[in-house]
Amino acid sequence: MRVRYPDVVVVGSGVIGAACAEALSAAGLRVTVLDRGPLGAGTSAAGEGNVLVSDKEPGPELDLALASLLLWPALLDRLGVDVEWDAKGGLVVATSPDAAKALAEFAASQRTAGVDARPITPTEALDREPHLTRAVVGAVHYPQDAQLQPVLVTKALLATAASRGTTLRPGVRALGLRRTAGAVSAVVTDDGDLPCGAVVNACGPWAGETATAFDAPITVLPRRGVVLVTAALPPTVRHKVYDADYVGAVASGDADLQVSTVVESTAGGTVLIGSSRERVGFDASLRVEVPRALAKRAVALFPVLADVPVLRAYGGFRPYAPDHLPIIGPDPRTPGLWHTTGHEGAGIGLAAATGRLLTDLLTGAEPVVDPTPFRVDRPGVCP
Amino acid sequence: MRITIDGEPHDVPPNRTLAAVLIAAGRQSWRTTRTNDRPRGVFCGIGVCFDCLLVVNGVPDVRACQRFPADGDVVRTQHGAELPE
Repeated sequence: MRVRYPDVVVVGSGVIGAACAEALSAAGLRVTVLDRGPLGAGTSAAGEGNVLVSDKEPGPELDLALASLLLWPALLDRLGVDVEWDAKGGLVVATSPDAAKALAEFAASQRTAGVDARPITPTEALDREPHLTRAVVGAVHYPQDAQLQPVLVTKALLATAASRGTTLRPGVRALGLRRTAGAVSAVVTDDGDLPCGAVVNACGPWAGETATAFDAPITVLPRRGVVLVTAALPPTVRHKVYDADYVGAVASGDADLQVSTVVESTAGGTVLIGSSRERVGFDASLRVEVPRALAKRAVALFPVLADVPVLRAYGGFRPYAPDHLPIIGPDPRTPGLWHTTGHEGAGIGLAAATGRLLTDLLTGAEPVVDPTPFRVDRPGVCP
Repeated sequence: MRITIDGEPHDVPPNRTLAAVLIAAGRQSWRTTRTNDRPRGVFCGIGVCFDCLLVVNGVPDVRACQRFPADGDVVRTQHGAELPE
């Protein structure tokens, strides 16, 4: 029997690798997915499932988010299973006149970029969220914001790719590349060589070390985020609700702990409380001031949470590039090597457009968005 | 020490968890599930499973297996998911 090698090996089975495998297999390519651990058990299993436009300033990442938003409905149809998609909308609230002014200006700039951002009065905000603090002085409603269950969607993307012949190989580590005339000819793994036409590095916060193992280093850094989970509550928080200062924290490069309040319910009834951002390398230890700050600020936004128990906390590492833009495209040094990483806390929402863009570029199709801002060969990413 | 459980007064000895008090009083269940109203009581008994929840002095989601009652506590069955009173 003739052995058939894959056209593309995707390294990393998080939501980005899974979305790439789904889109590549939909384009007719033969795909193998490797993961050094279990499938989808890294960053994609340690977040909240954000599909947001509200937190993004006009620019390339917002364009990618809007493209993703258009692609998700058809993609969810193709997956054909419930992934707890909930188009609940976002509500961003300000509790000081300065923050309200900044939020209104931010929303106006987003509207020019195609975001549905609707300023509402504090009374209208309380109608939408009856348990919200009375201290709200300004609010913006974002009907496009949505949520899904990240583990379910990652597994569904992998299952759909597998149904088209994609091979899933958890527990197989990519150790390096073999090159022929400078171009990729095989992935070296701890289970032997795997000849292939192309390799996609979708290792999230670990994409930097994978790129180094492939002799094609890129700069991707981990940022730790912690989420608190409350007991299951009756319907209490309806939207994805966050404090207007979240926007500043996402775009910031400050090293020390940043906390801004993001509160949302899940289909299971629990309330998720984020978000913290720490630059601590891959140190997974929990510093008590992080959950303390998260809880304190969540209670300020929703006073009813004060006597609600927290069942647990979980954390994960979000991958970011020095300029905080995703990295999607061909490696400039090694033909056949591609990178898709750097989505920070937005990878779940951006996965649909990322898988599609990578596939467009790899197959020579018309790209779904302008790939230039996400190119690997840009200052700070590629030495 | 005297507490009330679902409106009934109970004299309880010290150093006994609410779960132990309830079981000694003949109760197997003191919570219902959120969606199907199924009965729940002690499952793991060590504070991990969050199955033995009840309402103490208006605060829901108290784990009976981890709580030592105080004199005058008002304890009641929890019906699905509840917010603090």
